[in-house]
Amino acid sequence: MVSSPPPNEDGAKPAYGATTEWLRNEGAACDVVLSSRVRLARNLAAHRFVPQSDRTQRQQVVSLSQQAISEIGSCVWIDIHRTNDLEKQLFVERQLMSRQHARGKLAGGIGGPDEPRGLAVSLPDERVAIMVNEEDHLRIQCMRSGLALSEALAAADTLDDELEARLEFAFSPRFGYLTACPTNVGTGARFSVMLHLPGLKLLGDIDKVKRAAEDMSLAVRGFYGEGSKAIGDFYQVSNQTTLGKTEQVLLQELERDIIPRVMDYERHARRTLFEKRKSTTQDRIMRSVGLAKYVQLISTEEAMEHLSMIRLGAAIGMLNGSSMQAVNKLFLLVQPGHLQHRAGHALTQHERRVERAAVLREYLRDVG
Amino acid sequence: MLCECGKNEATVRETVIINGKSIEKNLCEQCAQDLGLAPTTHHPALHELVKQFVHEPGVTEAQPLKAEEIACSTCSLTYTRFKQTGLLGCGLCYKSFEEQVGPLIERAHEGATHHVGKIPRSALERSRHGGPDRLEILLGTTEERLRRMGELRRQLDEAVEAEQFERAATLRDELHRLDQLKPGQVLPDEFSSTHGEE
Repeated sequence: MVSSPPPNEDGAKPAYGATTEWLRNEGAACDVVLSSRVRLARNLAAHRFVPQSDRTQRQQVVSLSQQAISEIGSCVWIDIHRTNDLEKQLFVERQLMSRQHARGKLAGGIGGPDEPRGLAVSLPDERVAIMVNEEDHLRIQCMRSGLALSEALAAADTLDDELEARLEFAFSPRFGYLTACPTNVGTGARFSVMLHLPGLKLLGDIDKVKRAAEDMSLAVRGFYGEGSKAIGDFYQVSNQTTLGKTEQVLLQELERDIIPRVMDYERHARRTLFEKRKSTTQDRIMRSVGLAKYVQLISTEEAMEHLSMIRLGAAIGMLNGSSMQAVNKLFLLVQPGHLQHRAGHALTQHERRVERAAVLREYLRDVG
Repeated sequence: MLCECGKNEATVRETVIINGKSIEKNLCEQCAQDLGLAPTTHHPALHELVKQFVHEPGVTEAQPLKAEEIACSTCSLTYTRFKQTGLLGCGLCYKSFEEQVGPLIERAHEGATHHVGKIPRSALERSRHGGPDRLEILLGTTEERLRRMGELRRQLDEAVEAEQFERAATLRDELHRLDQLKPGQVLPDEFSSTHGEE
């Protein structure tokens, strides 16, 4: 692993640039699959789980984890409880941590005091993120662009071993890795794939995917995970069960059984739109292009909707090649935190809408 | 914005195609679900699962102990609190509440009762020098091990039956690996570095 300076207060920080691992738009099947992610839930043995621990106990977990992460040396440490709201929002938008971790309280406000808690991120690639003291002591996340779950699992597995060589994890022969929520026990592994399905959405066939996923007892969620809406026609598919199946089997169920089917559906839908409903589809896409080029005020959700159409246009060859790159950057840049980061100061909702419209116009100038 | 039903806030926006015309619908969660349009909701909240389970007729009566009064001896979390939050307090809660949580876990994981898959590698390595007792802490008793292998064999048979050969191969590897992890037996070196097919 590449070594980096020991994490400290003045340590390196993410550049919050216009792209991150899951938006590189590279790798297998990237026309449909935006990114693949593996997340492992781990807890330290002989330490209370986060929801039942007090400040001192949480501090112990943070100290031990920070020490181990620093020894491994591939990630930069960030004290989340000392990070300002805007920066927390940037981490969430970049999918480096959950909204729950940014808020600092467990779902529904349970869990009492919210600090200390931390985040470790590998820079500059942002492929690895470790949340410390979220619902579990450690949530290890490995991200890859495109359909690459095996690669993400291999990276997570190695990092897990490196951490486990320094920390003892709570584990039982019967239930495997012990987690605060019993729905995560066993492997503690959650595999997810982010899919862009505008074709199925336009044809009204998105239910096919949901049914297929449900048949395999997989969960379908929105852009920002649990409880979030499927904005911009992005859907996250992940395994629900974590016990009784090996990591490899869980991975295969997703990557080899369900995802190829969904990809086929989506590509078929795109072909249908292109061949049989060409003028209607072209109209939808070009309306979005037109709007994005001249809009003066726009919400995140509406921006994501039009960006989804433009991405579809680029994917099926209706728009020029530079569109795809511009759109992938914009998925991040139109988010509230990134807009404010770009402006260099806090913005009201109205100001954000103005700024968002300006960003769209700037980046989509040459699209057509 | 209100849902078409006029009662609740619309939270789901769906485009449906009716007679070749695409129509945008703004619906509340309930109406969307009724129309089969709701984004499949997330995992059923665990506390709901807990509630369902605990309040299911026959289940509470079948338990002679009043589960509510049980508390974990290590972290003092009560079962009542667990029912409210769906979260356990420490690793030993799984032992303290095994009788209550076991069936719940089984239900949440499609009938699975035992872990198969990764075993912490360094701990396994350390156990090798600690003798059969140490190894048993990680791998379970012979009976548990056999049960786990039985479960894998069942999955393997299913995979073969369904002609899922890749899956079958993975399961066979895992069975082979488990078979070699017998307490009291010197582990082959491969277990200190890798496992499975990675």
